[in-house]
Amino acid sequence: MNKPLRRIAIFCGVLILALLVRTNYLQYVRADELNTRDENRRVRIERYAHERGNIIVDGNPVTTSVETKGSDFKYKRSWKNGPMWAPVTGYSSQAFDASQLEKLEDGILTGNDDQLFFNRTLSMFTGEKKQGGNIVTTLDAAAQKAAFQGLGDKKGAVAALDPQTGAILALASTPSYDPSTFAGNSDADTKAWNNLLKDKDKPMLNRALRETYPPGSTFKVVTAAAALENGLYTDIDGKTDSPLPYKLPQVSTVLQNEGNIPCENASLREALRMSCNTVFGKISDDLGNQKMMDEAAKFGFNKEIFTPVRADASVYPKDNRPQNAMAGIGQASNRATPLQMAMVAAAVANDGKLMQPYMVAERKAPNLDVIYTHEKEELSRPLSGENAQKLQQMMETVVKSGTGTRALIDGVTVGGKTGTAQHGLNNSEKPYAWFISYAKTSSGSPVAVAVVVEDSSANRDDVSGGGLAAPIAKAVMEAVINKR
Amino acid sequence: MSVVTNTTTIGAIDAPSRRNTELALMVFAIAISVFAYANVGLAMDGTLPSGMLGYGFGLILLGGVAHLVVRKFAPYADPLLLPLATLLNGLGLVLIWRLDQSERLIATAKSLYGAFTPSAPRQLLYSAVGVALFAAVLFLLKDHRILQRYTYISMVAALVLLILPMFFPGKFGAKIWITIAGFSIQPGEFAKIIIAIFFAGYLMVKRDALALASRRFMGLYLPRGRDLGPILVIWAMSILILVFETDLGTSLLFFGLFVIMLYVATERTSWIVFGLLMSAVGAVGVATFEPHVQQRVDAWLDPFGEKTMAHSDQIAQALMSFGSGGTLGTGLGQGHSDLIGFAANADFILSTVGEELGLAGMMAVLLIYGLIVERGVRTALAARDPFGKLLAIGLSGAFAIQVFVVAGGVMGLIPLTGMTMPFLAAGGSSVIANWALIGILIRISDTARRPAPAPAPSSDAEMTQVVRP
Repeated sequence: MNKPLRRIAIFCGVLILALLVRTNYLQYVRADELNTRDENRRVRIERYAHERGNIIVDGNPVTTSVETKGSDFKYKRSWKNGPMWAPVTGYSSQAFDASQLEKLEDGILTGNDDQLFFNRTLSMFTGEKKQGGNIVTTLDAAAQKAAFQGLGDKKGAVAALDPQTGAILALASTPSYDPSTFAGNSDADTKAWNNLLKDKDKPMLNRALRETYPPGSTFKVVTAAAALENGLYTDIDGKTDSPLPYKLPQVSTVLQNEGNIPCENASLREALRMSCNTVFGKISDDLGNQKMMDEAAKFGFNKEIFTPVRADASVYPKDNRPQNAMAGIGQASNRATPLQMAMVAAAVANDGKLMQPYMVAERKAPNLDVIYTHEKEELSRPLSGENAQKLQQMMETVVKSGTGTRALIDGVTVGGKTGTAQHGLNNSEKPYAWFISYAKTSSGSPVAVAVVVEDSSANRDDVSGGGLAAPIAKAVMEAVINKR
Repeated sequence: MSVVTNTTTIGAIDAPSRRNTELALMVFAIAISVFAYANVGLAMDGTLPSGMLGYGFGLILLGGVAHLVVRKFAPYADPLLLPLATLLNGLGLVLIWRLDQSERLIATAKSLYGAFTPSAPRQLLYSAVGVALFAAVLFLLKDHRILQRYTYISMVAALVLLILPMFFPGKFGAKIWITIAGFSIQPGEFAKIIIAIFFAGYLMVKRDALALASRRFMGLYLPRGRDLGPILVIWAMSILILVFETDLGTSLLFFGLFVIMLYVATERTSWIVFGLLMSAVGAVGVATFEPHVQQRVDAWLDPFGEKTMAHSDQIAQALMSFGSGGTLGTGLGQGHSDLIGFAANADFILSTVGEELGLAGMMAVLLIYGLIVERGVRTALAARDPFGKLLAIGLSGAFAIQVFVVAGGVMGLIPLTGMTMPFLAAGGSSVIANWALIGILIRISDTARRPAPAPAPSSDAEMTQVVRP
């Protein structure tokens, strides 16, 4: 019987060998793949095992990490003033992933980014606890506060830029949300999250970047720029060829002005000061759809903008003549994000140079070494220097003696444009109040801002950019200037 | 009894008893387990666990008793079997205790059953019962051939044990439990041993008929039709188990055991070919009709598939657990093998070994199992009687198949079955039955290695020299 016994011994050996091969295959060959699978909760356990790096504004972190109880995810994110900073940082939740900066810069914040490889290897030998890196933003805490408080209970958004660099100084959106309420993965977090999703005011929508509004009269700045750049008019104080009443081309509709204002053949300066629909509607039609689209595109329309957080593309539509004329005064299918309109003001303020907007100034390794610094970058040149200065004069007139007087700041030159955009079927819904502006000091322009207030409790006649939005813009500009 | 034992007059070379080797290895096995226990405590809480003394003394007591029993009743037994079993049992206790500390498992148990009962104390109790049974086997069974007398009783007992679970409600998708007075017993674990006894007894008697009466066809010796009877019956039995108890593991174990023993008894390769063919036909046939088996096969083929994950993520979790262990493992107490949740300390205990002790630990544990099987096979080779040979190879073959089926299932090498890793996994039936199995192997090895007694003096001489009081 011994011969078969030996064979059975070999058979048993083969069984054990198969297991040995299999365990080598699993734990050596496939280890990396199994270790990094989405289904593998260890990935997330590890991710939350140490304190997350912070997002820094003006040298102070606006985020923090807190230890959780009763969960295998040790640390969760917390915000110092969540609703105010949420439009900048986004959220980072154990249960619901992350958004915006928290998501885009996750590698640095968790310390897992490849750029931190050397750092990690080093701390492996020194035995230091793993840490995340920090993200230093361009934001200005005072400006952000002014924007957030200025919006208050109203629905709206503010975007402020440094025209000379493109640095984003303020990015507020209301109603906002506190990302701390759903940063964990407990039932309470789920409830908070679901409530936010259900809220019909859409608090989690970042209106400054992800909502496009009809820009209304603020778009007349772009139309004026197109007129100057294309040589349709060169003298801002010369008479334009603008009939009153002005009938839209190809259709019988007559374009109205707000109120009985002397817009007939008004100069560009006067037309912008009084916000003449007829003058700018005709300019848009005179230039034609293609030229208007080209100029809008130079200001950043028709493509997504990455700050690095994505901003929706603003739209200057390809359309027929009457619609194009309406689009020229910021109506019809013309849509813009608040960030886009801030870019318009910034390009004018920066003598025609549009800078790439950005909000990450530096990425810092856990040991505070700077591993990335943003270099300012020119995005395009929608205006020549000369034309930009003409447009500045026009916008400054608007604030000095036009619809935007509420944005006047003592001792500072301010240029701006109001807007009241109508929307809804037959303009039945409450219009949007817009204001775009920039401030200028002896060393150039430190801030350009766009404010939109969606619907307010004020009645339709009161909703005007000058009344609702301009004071907010003024507060933001003041906050920036006072710090310089 | 010893008069019956030695049918041969060839005196064996006076083999050393190797009891001291065994004692040294026992010390080693217990020390490793106790250090592992301390390791878990230090890794999880930073302090030595409070149960350390109790656990250490318990293990030393069990190991000491087992060793002394072997020393007294089986002095020539194989010196490796007992330390290897002790090491696995000790490590198993550590792993179970470690999983008892898992907050995740405690929370799951509380939400499912309202309360959490730690498994380690119970496992220690079961181990004690197991060692007691081991001692009882060595004490009561002075010669393994006594078991031969119970061939047909064993058959009946095995059948009863295998059929019983059919009449009890199934748990977790398989009917392999019987519940008596609150205790759940897996009769399959005991049936494994009893069946090996039956097969050994039956085949010893029938092996000549099965081996010699056959026709040659295409290079294979085909058995006569009427000799096919027993294998067909066993085959049918295992298929029935698969269908009615939806237990792939026991079915496979049962059939594999029979084929191995049949092959050893008859030395006819044709039986292996037949066996493999029949199990293939059976497996494919049942897999096509049984949704439960189908599910397991699907889970094996595509562990991360949507369909599988929706039903159960056990295999996927086990695989990720192994992967996370990597080469050296996370260290005891520092892994997340408890993510498997259900049965983490039973059927899936090997994932904890894989994750926390790494590839190195897995290889070591698998080699320990391999060594136990090797010692069993060696015992079969050394045994001097056919019944002992058959029984030893049957028990070690069953052990090997069980290890392969469970470890292979957990590692995704073959479809998952509902069996437990001998000695490591939490579960009373398994520990108790496997201690009995080791006891029988030790008894056979003791008989095999025992030096032959001096030839009995002639009866005449005896008669004259007896002094009656």
